[in-house]
Amino acid sequence: MDDWKDFKRVFLTLATPGSLWMLLFFAIPMAFLFVLSFSSKAVIDGEISTTAYDYMNTFQNYVESAGHNYLVLLWRAIWTSAIATALCLALAYPLAMAVCFAAPRWRPLLLLLLILPFWINLLIRTYAMYSIFRTTGVVNQAFGLVGLGPYEMLNNTYAVIMGLVYVYLPFMVLPLYSTIEKLDRSFLEASLDLGATQAKTFWLVTWPLTLPGVITGIILVYIPCLGTFLTSDILGGPNNWNIGNAIQNQFLESNNWPLGAALSFILMYVTFIALMVRAFLAKRSTGVDA
Amino acid sequence: MSEPIISIRNVSKRFAGGVTAVDNVSIDIAQNEFFALLGPSGCGKTTLLRMISGLETPTEGQIIIGGQDMAFTPPNLRPTNMVFQSYAVFPHMTVEQNVGYGLKVTGVPAAEIKTRVAEALEMVKLAHLAARKPDQMSGGQRQRVALARALVKRPKVLLLDEPLSALDAKLRDDMRMELTRLQQTVGITFIIVTHDQDEALSMASRIAVMDKGAVAQIATPSELYEHPRNKFVADFIGKVNLLDASVLSQKGKTVTCETKAAGKFAIETDKTCGSTATIAIRPEKLKLSASEPKGAGLVKTKATVRDVAYYGDTSHVVADAGGSDLEINVQNDSRTGGSGVERGQKLWVSFNPEDALVLTE
Amino acid sequence: MSAQLKPGQGPLDYARRPWIIALFALVLLFLYAPIASLIVFSFNVDKSGVWHGFTFMNYVKAWNNEQIFYALSNSITIALISTVFSTILGGMTALTLWRFRFPFKTAYEGFVALPIVVPEICMGIALSMFFNYSGLMAAVRDWVWPFNLINIIFAHIAFSFPFVAVVVRSRLVGFNRQLEEASKDLGATEFQTFINVLIPFMMPALVAGGLLAFTLSLDDFVITLFSSGPGSVTFPVKIYGMVKRGVDMQINAASTVLILVTLSATLIAMKLQAPAKSGH
Repeated sequence: MDDWKDFKRVFLTLATPGSLWMLLFFAIPMAFLFVLSFSSKAVIDGEISTTAYDYMNTFQNYVESAGHNYLVLLWRAIWTSAIATALCLALAYPLAMAVCFAAPRWRPLLLLLLILPFWINLLIRTYAMYSIFRTTGVVNQAFGLVGLGPYEMLNNTYAVIMGLVYVYLPFMVLPLYSTIEKLDRSFLEASLDLGATQAKTFWLVTWPLTLPGVITGIILVYIPCLGTFLTSDILGGPNNWNIGNAIQNQFLESNNWPLGAALSFILMYVTFIALMVRAFLAKRSTGVDA
Repeated sequence: MSEPIISIRNVSKRFAGGVTAVDNVSIDIAQNEFFALLGPSGCGKTTLLRMISGLETPTEGQIIIGGQDMAFTPPNLRPTNMVFQSYAVFPHMTVEQNVGYGLKVTGVPAAEIKTRVAEALEMVKLAHLAARKPDQMSGGQRQRVALARALVKRPKVLLLDEPLSALDAKLRDDMRMELTRLQQTVGITFIIVTHDQDEALSMASRIAVMDKGAVAQIATPSELYEHPRNKFVADFIGKVNLLDASVLSQKGKTVTCETKAAGKFAIETDKTCGSTATIAIRPEKLKLSASEPKGAGLVKTKATVRDVAYYGDTSHVVADAGGSDLEINVQNDSRTGGSGVERGQKLWVSFNPEDALVLTE
Repeated sequence: MSAQLKPGQGPLDYARRPWIIALFALVLLFLYAPIASLIVFSFNVDKSGVWHGFTFMNYVKAWNNEQIFYALSNSITIALISTVFSTILGGMTALTLWRFRFPFKTAYEGFVALPIVVPEICMGIALSMFFNYSGLMAAVRDWVWPFNLINIIFAHIAFSFPFVAVVVRSRLVGFNRQLEEASKDLGATEFQTFINVLIPFMMPALVAGGLLAFTLSLDDFVITLFSSGPGSVTFPVKIYGMVKRGVDMQINAASTVLILVTLSATLIAMKLQAPAKSGH
């Protein structure tokens, strides 16, 4: 690695465009959002303005965000995401194992089958889910053939969780696959050879040695689930909104931007807490990673 | 031979795609033997070892361990333990936890684990490193952990897969002695897989040489070296000159043959020869001399030295005799100028036909 | 686990365990059945969940639906342009981080990775306010196509290029700097070395990163929803509006086309990338 001072021109040429872009289209907008979260709508001539704000004059938005209405939504985001992540892990782990332990010539095809849906538009996949599970959808029609239903399968929390698993499963498969694939099989063989059953081999050897991949997978799934907007909107309906839907609502419907900004920052803080937990866990298992 | 501890009977292993890794192999291994499976890479020796441990299953055949057919018993239920080529020392456990692992998972009481682990670590001289993690240890130390971890289970048979291949030359020699010593102290049957003939010859009490999935010969080291059964074994074990010979006549045990390199001579053999045979003779059994050697029955020929390589204790000479190359080892037994042989010299090469061997396969 | 092994099967042949095969099949059904049904019903004569007969009518309607057509061409234009710029910016950022030591490097690395971890909706509204208050949103509204899409393109580059940087940087880690030295030793200038040695080495990662940027852009709904004006609707935003009004087989038809386009682009890119990968 070179010191930047020895190649100032090259360094500045390479570093400036990306930095400028980040500054203009990320840092400044975020800073503005931060300021807005402490602001209130300006009152001009006794009327509440729709476009002007009094900046940095209140904590009211955070107080309101911490109120029951929004805490419920935040809490729902936290636990539905947790369940969806756990389900993804429970499904993806055995599948990733199967791919890694399949005959080498089948591996790329099996992996491709599991992650191909990732390349299909998120909205299209959610819509596909919606159209087969709606009351007149193909699933209910099938129930109808045997004299059952129709059932209301959407507009509940289960539908949201199912949708999240559907959409984010590939994100869990990939890091698990790349970790298990790198795992030296002779560790598992040694464990079996030393008298451990398959179950003990899994818990005492396979699981701890693949923990870094598990943690990465959990983060890759949990974070987008937390801020989800589409899945809860289309499959869950208004009664199953997450915090993401509330934020969208403040901006596009209720027109209370400062409150939306405060909610956004709360969501970001939760996300960062999740990332810090991951960093902490990763540090503890670095010995394993080597 | 006493009751075998392991009896491999007509075992074959075919992989999907039609590759036969092990082809109808039968071997009996006695209690307390140090047995080696020797062969070039891809000869099926590792597959055979893995079938003994249960990490692979045969396509057909029986693997009888301690009187019980275990061909399809899972590895965790077999009285065998393995030292892996990569050692497979668990990176997330300390040395002590590694060695105690096999006892812990089979429900041995904690107090007993402690004493047995301590004993095992003492045996491989690692007691002072018990609390270390594997990534703070050298390759040689990790191998000792792997050994202790397998031996602490007191298996009927210890399996070693290329145990020395990842060590450097000096350490390898030490470890060879160490393994022989361990085998004698613990009195367990050792089966070692290796592609290194020196390793097999110096450690094993018996060796099975394998070629293309089949057993070429099972014998003691000296028998293998002095009486190889076929060209493959002769060529694989040590260096050898293989002379193509046409058989002129055979009277009882005496064969008269003619070779390009050494002309016409008679040689004793138990085998019945067809019209051609191969005469095998080790380089150290060929003699070089400036003047024509005298002695009854010596086979001799004139040869031109093509190349001399100096190895300190010996020199390896390659000489052209009648259009084919002969390899000759010369002892450098004086301090003045090594062998004294020089490129381009014309010398006599001779050997006693009793030191040569007739091979028909 | 006292069960006997089967002939020719090892204890680690998990891929041949019946329960894992069954689970695999079920998950594939779960992943593909909704998409398959979406495609099948795009040929249905009505919008019910029952098959009432085959027709191409939905495709004809979607094709003639100016709004869908417009949204789709917007999406593809935005994706193409933002892919080019994201790949360049991402490649440069990766080179900076790989090659140089500089003050506050760790902080800078974290900063550049932020768009990857920040929830989309937060970045979406932040950008939307920025565009509104800087006047960009109003200014571009009347610009001629495709310049009226420029704020969406800016936004897409901002969230895509950090992904490209991550992909390219992980490849650069494997670069042997002696190759660079060898090139300079043979008389090449710094710039010639860059063009002839480093760029070819980065190529597979640039292709992979570009593909990722393309998919992210085409896929993005949340950020686009906030930065698009009435005249700059993209395909996902349009579809969202239609979905909110209920199931419509035109959506199925248009989606089927988009699925085919993205999947074939993905598969071709993977094929192109495969030999380059093994070449190193």
